[in-house]
Amino acid sequence: MRKDTSSHWRLAINTGLTAGGIAVLVSLVGFVATFSKSYIIQGVISIGELILFIPVVLLTYTSIRRFSTTSLQSQAGFSALIGLVAGVLLSLLVMIGTAINIREMFLNASPALFELLTRGAPLPLGLLVPPLQCILVAWISLGIFRLSERYRKVVLQGILWVVVLGTLRDQILLAYVLQQEPIYTILKNIIFAQSGLSLLGTLVVFALTASLSFYSSGRKRKKLNSQTPQQQKYYRLAFFSGIALMMLLLPQMLGLFFTEILDTTGLFIMMGLGLNIVIGFAGLLDLGYVAFYAIGAYTMGVLTSTGLGLFDLTFWQALPIALGVTWLAGILLGLPVLRMRGDYLAIVTLGFGEIVRLLVLSDWLKATLGGTQGIQRIAQPEVGQLSINTLQELYYLILIGIAVVAFIAWRLKDSRLGRSWMALREDEDVAEAMGINLVFTKLMAFSTGALFAGLGGTIGAAKLTSVYPHSMTFIISINVLVLIIIGGMGSIPGVFVGALVLVGLPGILTEFQEYRLWFYGLALVFVMLNRPEGLWPEARRRRELHEETTELVAE
Amino acid sequence: MLKRWRQRVTLTDIVVWAIGITIATAVIYGTIVTWRTGRYTPEQWISLTIDGLKLGGIYALIALGYTLVYGVLRMINFAHSEVFMSGPFTAVFLAMYLDRIGFYNTHPIISLLLITIFSAAVSATIAILLERIAYRPLRYAPRLVPLITAIGASFFLQYTFRGMYGNDPETYPTLHILKGVINIGSFPVPKSDALVIISSMVLMLILYSIVQYTKVGKAMRSVSEDKEVAALMGINVDRVIVFTFTLGGISAGIAGILYSLIFGQVHFYIGFIPGLKAFTAAVLGGIGNVVGAWLGGTLLGMIESVGPNLFLSGLGIPAANQLKDGIAFTILVFILIFRPQGLLGERISKSKM
Repeated sequence: MRKDTSSHWRLAINTGLTAGGIAVLVSLVGFVATFSKSYIIQGVISIGELILFIPVVLLTYTSIRRFSTTSLQSQAGFSALIGLVAGVLLSLLVMIGTAINIREMFLNASPALFELLTRGAPLPLGLLVPPLQCILVAWISLGIFRLSERYRKVVLQGILWVVVLGTLRDQILLAYVLQQEPIYTILKNIIFAQSGLSLLGTLVVFALTASLSFYSSGRKRKKLNSQTPQQQKYYRLAFFSGIALMMLLLPQMLGLFFTEILDTTGLFIMMGLGLNIVIGFAGLLDLGYVAFYAIGAYTMGVLTSTGLGLFDLTFWQALPIALGVTWLAGILLGLPVLRMRGDYLAIVTLGFGEIVRLLVLSDWLKATLGGTQGIQRIAQPEVGQLSINTLQELYYLILIGIAVVAFIAWRLKDSRLGRSWMALREDEDVAEAMGINLVFTKLMAFSTGALFAGLGGTIGAAKLTSVYPHSMTFIISINVLVLIIIGGMGSIPGVFVGALVLVGLPGILTEFQEYRLWFYGLALVFVMLNRPEGLWPEARRRRELHEETTELVAE
Repeated sequence: MLKRWRQRVTLTDIVVWAIGITIATAVIYGTIVTWRTGRYTPEQWISLTIDGLKLGGIYALIALGYTLVYGVLRMINFAHSEVFMSGPFTAVFLAMYLDRIGFYNTHPIISLLLITIFSAAVSATIAILLERIAYRPLRYAPRLVPLITAIGASFFLQYTFRGMYGNDPETYPTLHILKGVINIGSFPVPKSDALVIISSMVLMLILYSIVQYTKVGKAMRSVSEDKEVAALMGINVDRVIVFTFTLGGISAGIAGILYSLIFGQVHFYIGFIPGLKAFTAAVLGGIGNVVGAWLGGTLLGMIESVGPNLFLSGLGIPAANQLKDGIAFTILVFILIFRPQGLLGERISKSKM
């Protein structure tokens, strides 16, 4: 018993130290100060504070689960201790920061940050503010924990929507559909405040979403069971055609700002679908995927640019050639790397990507590829008399591209080739023993993946009417990789989800752009540690990964 | 069926060899042309060689981290480049502080030691944290999972440091004793270059003897042979792995200081390219092999500094130095294709790969 309580103390202190450490790190990295003026609820909580307190909330929540006593008092004491320790770390930061000047090293350790942390209270007293705040936050976390499962879901759902809407305040108001008069005024003046939601708006949003979630959580299971398969099919059809219609109307509904983001997201979806074949289906980790995008874009550029004047093809004439070139490049890369597996393959493809970038950058090939200046004045597609050149028109082009690519990927997945890819992913030797032609299968994976990226590249080049070597960096490859992994390797809907979350969302949240890669890194590590199958996993993969963990536990 | 299969393999072989031979011919042809035209004076060649040696020494020190970790965990610690970056990027503030209080140039050797130790400590801390938080839970996960985690950790660290220390490069204050040249024979060698070359060699020797002759080094080698058996023999595998990361971190931190002695500036992105090249060096020498890391690093440094001038300019490629990174990556690709075990490595059995 005695030992038990002492281990609880230790758990609480450790959790508090971790949470506090993360909070200090987050403050020093600059989130707290940067986002202190972007409120979620005007005057109550800002995005910066939210990021500051998230570690305390999450860690308290997860460690209470490991805390065996269920009495409210001891749980309250336990979480208070976590909050206290975390808060004391923050106070220490404030103390050190005000006593000596660490600004030169830590850019963000500014008086403004300390003022935020102490909520503007004068110093000796202000040091009490972070611990008190952290304890309060830990108690909120405890409160959520003690709710019954259904209510917890409802409350979390409500909080999530408040956070999302509060964060996206400016962007939501930009949407065309909402700019009709009565709605716009109501939104702008009642629901939203100068920044983030107003207090009343918060209540409305929370009540609305929570009650919706409460209502649907009670109904869902019953509804599904009562349908005949015929009906289900019908509903599904209606659902998908609804989505298709939405997709068609989106640019008109949302306006330019969102269309630009949708276009970029669309290009990433195309690349993601391609890389998904290489990594998700065939299990070949390709870290130089941007090379194929570059090859597609550059071929399009060389063939159509009037700036270079080498050839003077139209977009549609150049498209098949560019696709052929990328397809060939996929095979050319595929051939030598056939014998490698796993991480060696990853590094070789990374090297390949860098080689392509260095070549297009070099003075050596400047005459054909434009060197550092890139290629300008690339032709845009024309349909009849109509030149497709506005963002909205390009959106439809990209949409068609995605539809084609997604359809191919979807059909390939369960085809003979697709099944060979999966077999290859599971175990190369066994696949070979089963009579799968490794050479052909791998080459097909590489070349199909390359083809999709090439298509993305050609459309991307036409969209910008220019290509630059500086936009073909390793980071793009990582970007695509991350969206596949977060979405769920091998899952086609996962690619869409991943792209919307990782490319669309940072595109909308322009102030987050600078920290995008920080979040990517964090997301990669977090997902790999906690949910390696991704947000929208492929059924087979989920089974597989969980099998492995259960096996390990059994061992 | 078997016959068809064999025919296909020979086709890929033919393609691979054809590419290889083309490149080899181009290199040889370029070299001959450069020699015959006498484009560079002997002095220039020597100075290029020195450049190569100093870069090579730094690559070797970083490569050691990759090699040791790959040895025990069979994973590419992609975030090692950030371990390398974190040390000098943090120590620069110490150097600036010492400079401001006037200590830096009055006690240059002590200051240099101080910032080196500080940098090594920071790098080692980052390496240990990385192992503890990101890699340890994944020790038995499928192979791609730790690699992807490492990539994530790499970006996370890069942007954490960028967030903390800022986007702009920081400059190391100049050490006056490292200005000027030493004359070796009649040839002048910049003092800082000499320091970098000598200290990287000494360090490699020390690290080599740690791995080869100490008890913990022995434990490390046995863990890299077989983790389970090592554990059965009473070796604390976790502790050995932590030690491996520490050693890699220390050598990366010191390499970082040497790197900044040459280039002067540090920023959050300095890790990526040297990291990739050091990995190339590790693979070139034979991953998992300490001597191989040194050999690979030195060779790569030499090829990179001498190579563009030697054969690329002979081929009539303008601004050949722009392509020096390209050469490094081409070597990487071809080593992995033709001799994945590297120059000194043993053939790795499939189960280990």
